[in-house]
Order: sequence, then C-alpha cells, then structure tokens
Amino acid sequence: MTEPLIYEICQAGRRAVSLPECDVPTTELPEGCERTDLPLPEVAEVDLVRHYVRLSQMNFGIDSGFYPLGSCTMKYNPKVNEVAARLPGYALLHPLQPEDSTQGAMALIYDLQEMLAEIAGFAAVTLQPAAGAHGELTGVLIMRNYLHDRGDTQRNVILVPDSAHGTNPATTSMAGFKVVEVGSDRRGNVDLEKLRDLLAQHGPNLIGMMLTNPNTLGLFDEHIEEVLRLVHEAGGLVYGDGANFNAILGIVKPGELGFDIMHFNLHKTFSTPHGGGGPGSGAVGVSAILADYLPGPVVAVNDEPAAECEPQEFCYRWHTPARSIGRVKAFYGNFGILVRAYTYIRMHGAEGLRAISENAVLNANYLQARLAGAYPIPHGDRICMHEFVAQGTLDGAPGIRTIDIAKRLMDFDMHPPTVYFPLIVTEALMIEPTETESKETMDAFVDVMLRIAEEARTNPELLLGAPHHAPVNRLDEVKAAKDLVLCYAPGC
Amino acid sequence: MSYKFDPQARYGTSHEWARAEGDLVVVGISDYAQHLLSDVVYVELPEVGDALIAGESMGTVESVKAAEDAYAPISGEVAEVNTELEDNPEWVNQDPFGKAWLVKIRPADRGELGKLMDAATYEKFVTEEEEKGGH
Amino acid sequence: MNYIPNTDADRQAMLRTIGVQSTADLFRDVPEQRRFPKLNLPPALSEMEVLQELGARGDENDDLGRLSCFLGAGAYNHFVPTVVDFLLHRSEFFTAYTPYQPEISQGTLQAHFEYQSMICALTGMEVSNVSHYDGGTALAEAVIMALQVSRGKRCKVILSPTVNPQYREVIHTYIQGMCLQTAGEGLLETAPGVGLNAAQGGPNGNLLDSLAGLLDRESACVIVQNPDFFGRLYSPAEMQLLADKAHAAGALFVVSVDPISLGLFVPPGQYGADIVTGEGQPMGNPLSFGGPYLGFFTMKSGEVRKSAGRIVGQTVDSDGRRGFVLTLSTREQHIRREKASSNICSNEALNALAAAIYMAAMGKYGLRTVAELSFHKAHYAADLIGRVDGYQVMSAAPFFKEFVVRCPRPVEDINRILLANYGIVGGYDLGRSFPGLSGHMLVCVTELNSRADIELLAEALGEIAEMDAESEVAGD
Repeated sequence: MTEPLIYEICQAGRRAVSLPECDVPTTELPEGCERTDLPLPEVAEVDLVRHYVRLSQMNFGIDSGFYPLGSCTMKYNPKVNEVAARLPGYALLHPLQPEDSTQGAMALIYDLQEMLAEIAGFAAVTLQPAAGAHGELTGVLIMRNYLHDRGDTQRNVILVPDSAHGTNPATTSMAGFKVVEVGSDRRGNVDLEKLRDLLAQHGPNLIGMMLTNPNTLGLFDEHIEEVLRLVHEAGGLVYGDGANFNAILGIVKPGELGFDIMHFNLHKTFSTPHGGGGPGSGAVGVSAILADYLPGPVVAVNDEPAAECEPQEFCYRWHTPARSIGRVKAFYGNFGILVRAYTYIRMHGAEGLRAISENAVLNANYLQARLAGAYPIPHGDRICMHEFVAQGTLDGAPGIRTIDIAKRLMDFDMHPPTVYFPLIVTEALMIEPTETESKETMDAFVDVMLRIAEEARTNPELLLGAPHHAPVNRLDEVKAAKDLVLCYAPGC
Repeated sequence: MSYKFDPQARYGTSHEWARAEGDLVVVGISDYAQHLLSDVVYVELPEVGDALIAGESMGTVESVKAAEDAYAPISGEVAEVNTELEDNPEWVNQDPFGKAWLVKIRPADRGELGKLMDAATYEKFVTEEEEKGGH
Repeated sequence: MNYIPNTDADRQAMLRTIGVQSTADLFRDVPEQRRFPKLNLPPALSEMEVLQELGARGDENDDLGRLSCFLGAGAYNHFVPTVVDFLLHRSEFFTAYTPYQPEISQGTLQAHFEYQSMICALTGMEVSNVSHYDGGTALAEAVIMALQVSRGKRCKVILSPTVNPQYREVIHTYIQGMCLQTAGEGLLETAPGVGLNAAQGGPNGNLLDSLAGLLDRESACVIVQNPDFFGRLYSPAEMQLLADKAHAAGALFVVSVDPISLGLFVPPGQYGADIVTGEGQPMGNPLSFGGPYLGFFTMKSGEVRKSAGRIVGQTVDSDGRRGFVLTLSTREQHIRREKASSNICSNEALNALAAAIYMAAMGKYGLRTVAELSFHKAHYAADLIGRVDGYQVMSAAPFFKEFVVRCPRPVEDINRILLANYGIVGGYDLGRSFPGLSGHMLVCVTELNSRADIELLAEALGEIAEMDAESEVAGD
C-alpha cells in the first residue's frame, strides 16, 4: 500500500481553505520584494483529509497495539490530557501577555515545578528545556558554571558509563568537555574498581559524572550511593539522566540518593504523547546549591525577590535566577506538554505514582521471567526494573539476528522492542512493557516471541522475509544514504 | 572470517594503510575496516594542500550504521585526493587497497612509515581485535 | 484514577511466575533507608474533578478567545484551519514514537518528507530537517553548523542586533563551552546612524553595511533576521549584497525568517542564504503560552552532512515500492556519540506535522492571502495610529506584520488599560529588550485582526493618551 505524495495529488486551482476578503485599504508592496512563485500544494479539503487519513493508517501508535520500546516508556497517553491542553485558557495564551492576565498558567507552571521537585527530591526545577537532550545540555552547563565560579576552571572531564545513551557523550562535547568512559561490572553495575582508578587519574580535572539509574540495562545500580559518594569526594557533581524514572516514582528520590541534577523526560514518565518523535519536555531539577544557575525565567511567588506586586494572596512572577546559565529556548518551555504532565500528576497523587512504578517493574519482571530460557538475557539472574535487555541470538538459528525478530513481530501487530541498544550488549533487544499493559497483552506478546523463536529454527525464511503484511517491505537504507532524495521537486 | 592484506603496505592501529609510491605515500582504509563499516555511502576527504598530523583525523568514511574518522598514518601535506570516490563510495568496499585510495601525502618524514605495522603484524592485530568482538 | 489495567489477582499470578512474594521485594536493590519515601502531593483526582480544576485555572487566564491581540514579538496569532487539529489527532500519528521501524511508520515518515519538501519550497532551499525545538534553538544549531563547516577553524559569529533578542540569548547559552564569540550586537546602540534607523528602515543598508564591515577570516557566519524583530523588511538586493560579502570572506549567510512573510516575499534561498531557520508556530500551531513550537531548519544540499536533526529520505523496498526512512543517521548522537555535532534526539515532530497540514491546506494561494491580509492590515493600523496625537510610528516602509510606535506613556501602563478597559492585548514593550527603546511599542497585526479591531485599537490609544497619568483602571 502506498499513498501518493501531497504534491502528486494536487491540481492547479484547488483550495482547502477559505479566508475573508481584505477589509482595509491596500498598500503597495515594496518594490523588488514580491516573490514570483510559491510552490506549495493545491488540494481540495476532501482530498487533503483522505491523504492524511490514509497516511495515518500506515502508522502504528500506542493506541494501535503493544509498543514495548525499551527506554522510551510507551505508556498509554490519557485523553483527558488532550482536553486539558486544548482548553482556551491554556492554548490561546500569548507568552508575552501582561503577567496579571496569565496567573492561572503561571500557577500551573509553579505547581508543576514544585511537584517535580518533591517527587525527585530536588530544591528547584526549571521547565524550560524542550527535550531530554536539551535538559542534559542545561544540566552540564549548570555544572560547568558552578565549578567555574568556584575557581575550578581547569575541570573539563565528564565520566560516562559505557551503557549510556548517545545524548550523554554528545552533550558533553557540546559543552566543550571530554568524555571518559567507565565500564560496567559483570552484574551490570558501574564497575567500582574502574571508577576508583579513573577518579584517581582524572580527579582534579573532573566536572563529574552522568549516570542513568536504573541504567540502560534496566538495572538499579547495587552500589549507587557509593558511586555518588566517590564522585563527590573527587570534587565532581553527579548528573542523573532521568529517562528511566518510570521505575522509581515513589520508590526512591534521586535527590536523596545524592544526585545533584537530574532531567525528567515528561514525554516518557509523565505520559505526554510522543507525536512521531516530539514534542517532549526535559524539565531539570537541581539541589539547593545549584538553584541560582537554572535557565530563566522560572515562576516564583510573592515572597521571593519580586519588586512591584499586587496585593493578592499569591502572586506569580517570572524570575531569572541570579547566576542563570541563560535561557535555553525562547519563552518558558513546552507549556502544552506541561499542562498534560500536570494533569497526569493531579490524577495520580502520591499513591498513584508509586503504583505506576510498582506495576511497571512488576510487568517487566514478569516478561523477563517468561522469556528466560527462550532468549538469552545477560542479566536475567537479577531483578530488573522497568525494562530488561535480551538478545536476538538463538541456538539453532545461526542466520537470525535481532533485526529479523523485530521485523517478524510486526506481522503480529506488535511494535518491536528497541533494537541494538545499549551498545554493550550485542544483538540487543530492550523490552519495556510499562504499567499500562494488561497481563493478557503481555501473555500474547510472550506467545508470539516464543513462536518466533521456534520459527527461527524451523522456518527462518519467515523472519528473514518479514514484515509480510506491512505497507512496505524492508527498505533499502543504503540507497537512502547514498542517493539522497530528501525533498520532492519542484523547487528541490 | 578472512580479510585481504596488501603485503606492500604498512598499517595503523585505526586500520588505515600506507604505501610508498615515488615521492608520495598513498593512504586508504583496510579490508577489515570496510568490512566493519559495511556498505560505504559517502567519503569525506581533506583538501589538497591541507597539512596533516599523524594520528589526527583527515576525513570520514560513512556507512549506514557508522561514520568513522580516517586518521592520518603519517604527517605531511595532502598532494592529491581521490575525487572519484564522491560518485563511487562503494569502491571502498570493493577495492579498498586499489581504486579506493583516499589521499596521497607528501610526507614530512618518510621514517614515520617504519613506525607503522607491517602486513603480518597487522594481520595478527586484526585477529586479536576480532576476538575481542568488534573494533 | 490510574491507567493500570491489571487487578490484584493478575499481580498475584505474575508475582508467582517471577518467584517473589510482593512487589516491594522487587526493589531490594534500592538502599533501604531511601526506599518508599513519602511524596507530599495533593490527593488524586478523578477525571471529572481534574477537568473542573484545570478548567477553573484556565478561566483565571484572559485568553485570546475573548480578546483581540496586537502582540507578536516571536509568537503570532494566526488562523489555524480546522482540518489541522482533526488530522493531527489521529492517534496513529499522535501516539507513535520516532519512526525507527520504517515499515510500520510510513505515515509519519511520508508526512515528514512532505513537510521537508514544503518548507524547502517556502524558503527556496534544498534540504530541510524534521525540526528543532523552536526558532531560537534552530538558529543556535545554525551557528554550530557554521563552525562545523569551517572544520572548527572559524570562531566568530556576526550577529545582527535586530535578530529576536531571545534567540540571541539562546545562542549565547549554547556557545558557552565552544570557541565561538559573537560580534555585532552592540551596533544598535553605538554606531551613529545605525540605532533605530535600522528599525525605522532609514537610510538603507546602514546596519547591513556595518555587519559586513565586521567580516574577516575568522568569521564562520553572518546572521540576520528578515523581517527583523522590529518588522522591518529588507529587500532581496540588500540581502544579496550582504550574502556576497559574506561569501567573499568565506563565511556562511544565515537568515532567520517568519514563514508567513514567505507567502508574499522573495525567500532567502533566492538571495544567497546558506542556512534558513525560523519559528514555524504561525503555521498551524496554537500560541499555547510559548510552546511547544517549531524550529525549522533548511540548508544547501552540499552541507547536509554537517547539520543536526533527523532527516527523512526517499528510497525503495525489496519490491521496488517507494518508501521513506530516517537517513544520514550517522550524523546523530546515537551513532556518533561524543563526535556528534549536536545532541538533539526528540524534536517537535507533531508541530512539524501541524505545519505541513497547514501548508497543504493553505496551499499556494492561501498562504499568500494570509500574508497579504497581514501586510495590508498592519499598514492600515500604522496609518491610523500615526494620526493619533501623542503617538509616532517609527517604522518607515517597508515592514511586514509588525511596526514600532513611540508612545506618550509607558507601554506597560498603556497595555494594562487596553486589557482592562478595551479587551485588547497591546503590543510588545520594546524597553524590556532594548534599554534605549523604552516607551516604544512593537505592534503586530495579522489576518485575525478585523478592521473594527484595528479602529478600536487606534481609538483606545487616543483615549489612553488623553487620560490623566494617574487615571485608575476601571474596576480597580
């Protein structure tokens, strides 16, 4: 099934909108400025709608079926969040309107700042970063400025585990620092001995460490407090990548463990929709000593430094922290996403949040237990957190790789797990069910996975030729990279 | 897995080969390197006249799954670059020691070639790398 | 309320399979003293209650559904055709993740390929990525790309002072840890004849000449905004001249644009731009109090490998059918890691989809009409306001959608009264961003402002000028 491009269905003269006539006198256009051509499509509304509806039918979302994409937390996106975000009181607000006309929105931002700080054990939160990676850059720049203000300008090394998501080292480079990799031990924890060696070697130059806990193997570090203590002892700070926060809501507060900074992925843990790749929101929480460095503005209340305030009980004002690293984006953050996350937290409360993590972890352990024996699971001897990593290498099926298993899953109307990440496990298959899947759905997934393992041995062609029922077969990625076609003519 | 090795060439630990040809030293990436990359889709080369320092990046070789730096095995000045690779990146996979040479360097010190591994030593090095599991 | 389907019975069965007694046992690795902390949060609400709560909070805001808006300054009140939301909310688009498995993501991939194509058509450029977070971060990424293109050798960025001030702040934040330094932002205050002349559209090219004067062998790029933050529109000829000078010095020419303006005016791709960025919010995305927005990013095809951000490419499947995939992934963080030029992972995909549907729905004539209406209405408003005693319009033609007005009272006061007494959201107080421009208002007019709205604004401004300075706002 293929659908023509929008340009291929357009016909000159067709229109899909109606706009009013100009009700004011016209002004002559400045000379030499007018464009002579505008190669945009011309389609009627009915054809436009059919085009996009058909495109959507070639897509798979959480609402379509099971989506165990490890590290992405593909939990169900509550529809009430959508209604909330679309309320005119939020959707139709200009960010630069007089503050007194946006107190409700600012109150929401303030409350969300406070709630996230409470949930993770931090002193202050900014909601400005638009994505996790954006939050990472924010965090690393905060670490940089804090240490430089202390006179430690020679510090330029950040330790990053070998299991880290690629954004961690990429962020480190953007901030002008050097990455030093720390290996994992046999049980999947940060290797303490290697850590001690590296700290001895790089201590005086250390900005700190970026750490994901639970890590990308889905494991809670058995020595987490020791790891943090060692880094602090060497004069460094610890940045927490909160991508896996869905495992520890109400279970432990990273701030209490000793993390100095952490970013949240609101589009993972707090159920905001993934939208085909974004928008997200990478809120950042910090300990008290770093609060002055947050990007601004944040929302502050009456009793904090804010000069001219009306006599009201609460008075929300924009406040730029005293030593702010600077803004990381225009305006205040992805507010529409913040409304959704806020709604989600209000629906759940403390007990509801803890239930999320308990069920997320329970579900992942259930799948791990049921697939053990059928698929290699390098750390299957440990209790996992909200996800676990298996391998797509099967005895008796030498020609089959993780990619083939992934493609065959599509034939059963399930989205494959994350493949080939983390890099430290070969043929990795990272499975994260989340808490919003029922036991029946998970049992059905297990049945399919067991069947695929069997097919791998007895009828590998089924896997190698998969997917069989998708709108397209496997695509030529080499051709896509070599013969670049990134744009449809005309004009490209 | 068996790989090709050019007995005339010397090799760096990042899998570049270097071969003296008259005044110049011709450089490329080895058969093992192209195997790790799989289908090469693009090659980025330095410019003629660029100064190269041994061990520093002089360009990139890109496939669908990786974009690896090519490191200068010796220091010198870039005398020629293989512009035909722009339209034929797949030569890197097909003929890494021949048609797919990357640059020709006017060496600062021909003695530097001696610091690189000979073909036999490199072959052993590749076997060890493979056992470790990758690059 | 929660979204967990499993019952206690399900959980018991699963615990038995795993071989532990209770869910608490699953958290043995968490240090005991830190385990199960109390979260001090308001009690959980039902769906009904949460909607009431959110609704009440929303009502505390004065939203533009009930007000007329003359405020722009980087976020714009434009009409969103009804089809956009309907199509956007198809849950297969909405709840899908990044299209890493292309066979079951052709919807997202093709829609983004179409987005890329339309943005290229709009800007006159050859390649687009799928999005950055907003216009500001897109511009920061352009700076990083210019550094990459120069292979890290050129560390100077010539930055026009009439680029959106928030975007300039973002650039400064991003480049803190890099070799990059900016030059040119001081030109607005210091050089005689430059200052507000540039905003006024005074003697052409003063500012552009001054920017060109800063070019040297260290310059990675020159960045301008067109129309600039004050609404001033530069001609293609002026821009081409600056582009030529930049290129002669070996620097890239980067232009940040308002996409609606490109419905009417020559796009930067036709006057020498190497990179074109901008804020896509005006196309199909609500104001939403500042986000999520859409940073678009387009470039020449030769430099695409130095760029950041996901890109969709066309290819074929094993049966020769056309299909789409994410391509050039080796630039990105998940492969290049510390060698990636940017760390961007999640983007603004859904906002890009909204913009694509907007561009397709508006089409060639719709977008031009929106631009024409905005152009004519802004000029009409400037005419009317220029005739109100106490006010002086500082912008000479040409300008698009926004213009600068010198006011007889502090802008903050005027806006307070406009809102309370007339239901009007007034223009931006330029004094907030430019110390030399206090008392100046940046007025924005779009197709959503009717003639009656505009006439009311002019009338209101007149009345406010005549009010006593201590005049109380009605109802205080």
